[in-house]
Amino acid sequence: MSGPVSAFTPAPGAAPLSRQVRVQTATECRLLVRNGEQLLLAVVIPVLALVGGVLGARSLGLDLSREPVDVLTPGVLALAVMSTSFTSLAIATGFERRYGLLKRLGASPLPRVGLLLGKIGALLVVQTGQFVVIGAVALGLGWSPDPGPFGLPLTVAGVLLGTAAFASLGLALAGTLRAEATLAAANLVYLLLLMGGGVVLPRSSYGAAGDVLQVLPSAALGDVMRAALVDGSADLSGLLVLLVWAAVGSVLAGRYFRWE
Amino acid sequence: MPAPSPLEPAVEITGLVMRYGDTVAVDGLSMRVERGSITAVLGPNGAGKTTTLETCEGFRRPQAGSVRVLGLDPVRQRRDLLPRIGVMLQSGGAWSGIRAEEMLRHVAALHAHPVPVGLLVERLGLDECGRTPYRRLSGGQQQRLGLAMALVGRPELVFVDEPTAGMDPAARRTTWDLLTELRGAGVTIVLTTHYLEEAERLADQVHVVDHGRVIASGSPFELTRSRGRATIRLVVTEPFPESAPESLRRALGEDTEVTQINQQSLLVTGPADASTLAKVSAWCEEQGVLPESLTLAQRTLEDVFLQLTGRELSP
Repeated sequence: MSGPVSAFTPAPGAAPLSRQVRVQTATECRLLVRNGEQLLLAVVIPVLALVGGVLGARSLGLDLSREPVDVLTPGVLALAVMSTSFTSLAIATGFERRYGLLKRLGASPLPRVGLLLGKIGALLVVQTGQFVVIGAVALGLGWSPDPGPFGLPLTVAGVLLGTAAFASLGLALAGTLRAEATLAAANLVYLLLLMGGGVVLPRSSYGAAGDVLQVLPSAALGDVMRAALVDGSADLSGLLVLLVWAAVGSVLAGRYFRWE
Repeated sequence: MPAPSPLEPAVEITGLVMRYGDTVAVDGLSMRVERGSITAVLGPNGAGKTTTLETCEGFRRPQAGSVRVLGLDPVRQRRDLLPRIGVMLQSGGAWSGIRAEEMLRHVAALHAHPVPVGLLVERLGLDECGRTPYRRLSGGQQQRLGLAMALVGRPELVFVDEPTAGMDPAARRTTWDLLTELRGAGVTIVLTTHYLEEAERLADQVHVVDHGRVIASGSPFELTRSRGRATIRLVVTEPFPESAPESLRRALGEDTEVTQINQQSLLVTGPADASTLAKVSAWCEEQGVLPESLTLAQRTLEDVFLQLTGRELSP
């Protein structure tokens, strides 16, 4: 190439994948924290569910085998995973498609796997933040988890599997519907699962419907978290259900997700 | 994979065909873009310009024909190609809530040796966007950010789709200066436009595209040169009667072409002899129209385009 050296003299090249993923994660986190509605979904609603559930447990006549806060906190953590990995991710991705961001990044050196890893990184960072806030509130309400030696790794396994299941379903939704329809559908599903999905309240409190609920990813994640944090045990059927949903979601997302 | 030789053209398209349902967007289009040049793909909306560009960028697979960009197949070798090209989309291309400079920093960080972000922010006046989220930027501001994102990775080749659509005249001139500077730095530029002035002032090579085909190619000079034929521009004070072009053509004889540019001006292309001017003048007197100006002129690209597409519209 001829011509004088200028700031525009060609020097093309992609940044290393690790840096691309880090940058992608950082930007996604920053935008999420800046967005008030997303914060409401990520922190305010779970904290309200926790505080309201603990204070109202007796007047609601909930028959819990242990202290309400010990039973409710793992479920609220599961709710936090669901709100971020499913609802927030689906809505954000729907609007990314609408504003041409995915097409723009599709023309950049960032490969699809980098985009996906960046999104997963952002989900895990945000969920860590949610756990810190919710955990602090729960401890303030007298939460005393009994995870034993296996509770923590089981919690991590539940969160990762739950993230995979909900995120793949969220991407399949965002890839199929228009942005507004995704917004409506993701919020509706979130509300339905919050009320009747066995996530915050244990399935035993749903009476006969409890057995049916166990096939839902929401109930499965709630069960896994409760077992892990209440007495440090493994809920194998819950983990299996999450694994199946993660596989189904990945196939759906792989088939139906559109970048434009 | 053979190493691409520096002599290979930047872009080589042969017989490209793209259809959407029953609509043929690109209909056997061929063109070649030399390295280090500015090439304008000029045509009306719906001529197939964006589809052609998106095929070069690897977004679409050619349905027929072949496309090579920097010697690579844009679909099969996309990961090798993308770091080397810069792409400006026709619209959009950011998170809805992100700030302009933040978005540019993000894209810069995906590249190995980006242009300093501050330099592009200053050159394209993006500092005026401040903390405004992307979805609330004006169309012109979004265009300038789109251009900055295409250039920030220091590409060898940039594709810019309607770069100055929606820009004010000052921003348009800044953009032209910047693209000219890029060419000086050795960057190849392919731009689509439907602004004739843009193609005329900027491009080394112009491909006129209509209905998915290249209908004329050449430098602006080659396209507008008259080759032993005179071009006369006639502007009159009152609108012409409808029959005027036909009547003037009859008055001038077989070898003459008359194109109506608007209600009060005509373009005459005919043999380069003194009598043509005299005949036009006599025709005016006979018709009782008063010429406001009657000039022997260099054709503009606008004239060329009108004559080319006019011929196609009335075969």
